[in-house]
Amino acid sequence: MNVIVTDTGFGDDPFAGKAPDLDIMSDIDPGTLAGQLAGLAMIRLTFTGFADGRGFSIARRLRQLGFTGQLRAKGILADQYTMARRAGFDEVEIDEAMAMRQPQDQWLARADWQAHDYQNRLKGTLDHAA
Amino acid sequence: MYNHTDFDTAFITARNTQFRAQVERRITGALTEDEFKPLRLMNGLYLQLHAYMLRVAIPYGTLNGAQMHALADISERWDKGYGHFTTRQNIQFNWPKLRDVPDILDALARVGLHAVQTSGNTIRNVTADHFAGAATDEVADPRPVAELIRQWSTDHPEFQFLGRKFKIAVTGSVNDRAVIRAHDIGLRIVERIDQEGYKEQGFEVIIGGGLGRTPILGKVINDFLPRAHLLPYLEATLSVFNLLGRRDNKYKARIKITVMEHGLEYIRSQINQQFDHIRPGFSGIDQALLTEIAQDFALPPLRQATQQPYHTAYDADPLFRSWADTNLTPHRHNDHAIVTISLKAHGATPGDATAAQMRRMGDLAQRYGHNELRISHEQNVILPHVHKSDLPALHAALQKADLATANIGLISDIIACPGMDYCALATARSIPVAQAIAIRFDELKLEHDIGPLKVKISGCINACGHHHLAHIGILGLERAGRETYQITLGGDAGANTAIGARTGPGFGADDILPAIERLITGYLALRQSPQETFLQTCNRLGMAPFKTMLYGAPNQEKAA
Ligand code: HEM
Ligand code: SF4
Repeated sequence: MNVIVTDTGFGDDPFAGKAPDLDIMSDIDPGTLAGQLAGLAMIRLTFTGFADGRGFSIARRLRQLGFTGQLRAKGILADQYTMARRAGFDEVEIDEAMAMRQPQDQWLARADWQAHDYQNRLKGTLDHAA
Repeated sequence: MYNHTDFDTAFITARNTQFRAQVERRITGALTEDEFKPLRLMNGLYLQLHAYMLRVAIPYGTLNGAQMHALADISERWDKGYGHFTTRQNIQFNWPKLRDVPDILDALARVGLHAVQTSGNTIRNVTADHFAGAATDEVADPRPVAELIRQWSTDHPEFQFLGRKFKIAVTGSVNDRAVIRAHDIGLRIVERIDQEGYKEQGFEVIIGGGLGRTPILGKVINDFLPRAHLLPYLEATLSVFNLLGRRDNKYKARIKITVMEHGLEYIRSQINQQFDHIRPGFSGIDQALLTEIAQDFALPPLRQATQQPYHTAYDADPLFRSWADTNLTPHRHNDHAIVTISLKAHGATPGDATAAQMRRMGDLAQRYGHNELRISHEQNVILPHVHKSDLPALHAALQKADLATANIGLISDIIACPGMDYCALATARSIPVAQAIAIRFDELKLEHDIGPLKVKISGCINACGHHHLAHIGILGLERAGRETYQITLGGDAGANTAIGARTGPGFGADDILPAIERLITGYLALRQSPQETFLQTCNRLGMAPFKTMLYGAPNQEKAA
């Protein structure tokens, strides 16, 4: 079963069995989603590969478009957890093989994503999704 | 100059701890090589031809004496006792061991240096005019803004995995010494008079420049961006690039291609739209931080003293006079000078400095130069604020360290990339070509007569040596298993930035030096006066006579 990573570590999928309201890939043009986001509870964004950094900008754009539900990233590394959280994701989904290879402590090491945040310091706002 | 705040120090400490763990996790297999690669690159670590290479940032080219000493120590303890200063205001160490890199990064951090984002598909080390804060032609010192951009771009969550690298340069003057039109974004500080008649500072924003296999000069996307809009505008631009830029082909992934494919107008409208969205998220506190940063860059307290020792030495010592004529640039306080220390001794590797030389330069900066050094994109070292009366003593000290070569701006002041001697991507050697040219024209005792001339050499199409922007550019390629050197003429990295034009077929390794010699001899015969520079002659006469010098008269053209 896939594992859901949050700031407190590994957990089960709170939406277990239920499909996301919107399941998208990181090659989507987020502009095409305007007007479709109201009332959605959960969006899952799968990175085409961990190095496809468009996913981080798409997360920002989804928040910008007013999405306030749960935003889940799939397909990234523990080393990118901080970026994901700052960009507006709430959680990360990983498969069992990844959970074995990069166990919980490696993700928890990045759970202090609010620390050392230059952008926040320069913006003077605590709103990470802005 | 900028002193790291507690915030910066805490960030770098945390970052280095993360990298140390990443190296360990690579060794245990928690990270695959594919996964580790972008992580090491964003910490400056390349895998090269013979070994790892660590690229350390010298933000906007500014260093102090202690930092120079630390670089010397690192080169001795973990490398082979020298470092290579690059065209992007970095220093590269060519022989570190992977296991040692975390310790090297900690040693750098102790003096406020780092290797963050000196490589990888991120926003790279921000570069700036190497004469910043001392030049006579400056609207404002570009370094505070460069530092602000460094902070904003550091570990930016959206932009650590861009489609390609992204380079930003800032200048504060019209006489562009930061090559802003060859960068993904170039910024020029400009002034205008606002409606109430007050002077207002802002930026001319240039976008989509770059060299490599598709050399393109950047275009103005915004002719006056108010100062306070800078960060949201950059963030909007990068966000548009991140989403729109191509990821299917590495050679088409730079923003210059995005701009070419979508058109400047479309890109501009996308940026403006995104700017409007994100601008309210910036409270304006960055401007207060910028004011604080700027205080760190205030001009040091300059000394008042007689200039007599300078004049005495200038009249009496021909070596000093020759050095003063080429290596000094006027300072905004005319009893001071900007000193360029040449890292281009005839026959040396352009941009290399030994540990002893680094220490000597650090000491001399402390003694004569208000503890400030700069690294130029031309791979030289600069002491920006030296009182003229100190110049004879400084020159004598430089002579002792083989650092007094009087050739700044001349034919032997060559920019050369590492080429086949170090670089895994190289298709030809570049360092030996630079050495041969420098030695030859030194033997001929012609270089002062030839006057201002920029020769730049790249060892492959990636153009790290800026050959497109040289008066005489040399590009090393491989043709049928042999090194072949193509020549371009008429490039210009200055205020009238221009990309050079190819002369024709390339020359073999044995023929490139004679070809350059023919160009120079031909130029000397054609120039209208000794004051007419090579570039001026080139612009006046066009390519034809130079082609004849290289290949013979048109009717008997032979493919070399
Ligand atoms: C030694 C290892 C190096 C490697 C593997 C390397 C790799 C590259 C590559 C692949 C490009 C082309 C980028 C593109 O067109 O998208 C490039 C461009 C560039 N590199 Fe290097 N480089 C190296 C060293 C250097 C050095 C030593 C310098 C400075 C002397 C340098 C400065 C530059 C500059 C200024 C460009 C300009 C082209 C541009 O960005 O548009 N690089 N490099
Ligand atoms: S121009 Fe080519 S050979 Fe030279 S450093 Fe760049 S990638 Fe290497």
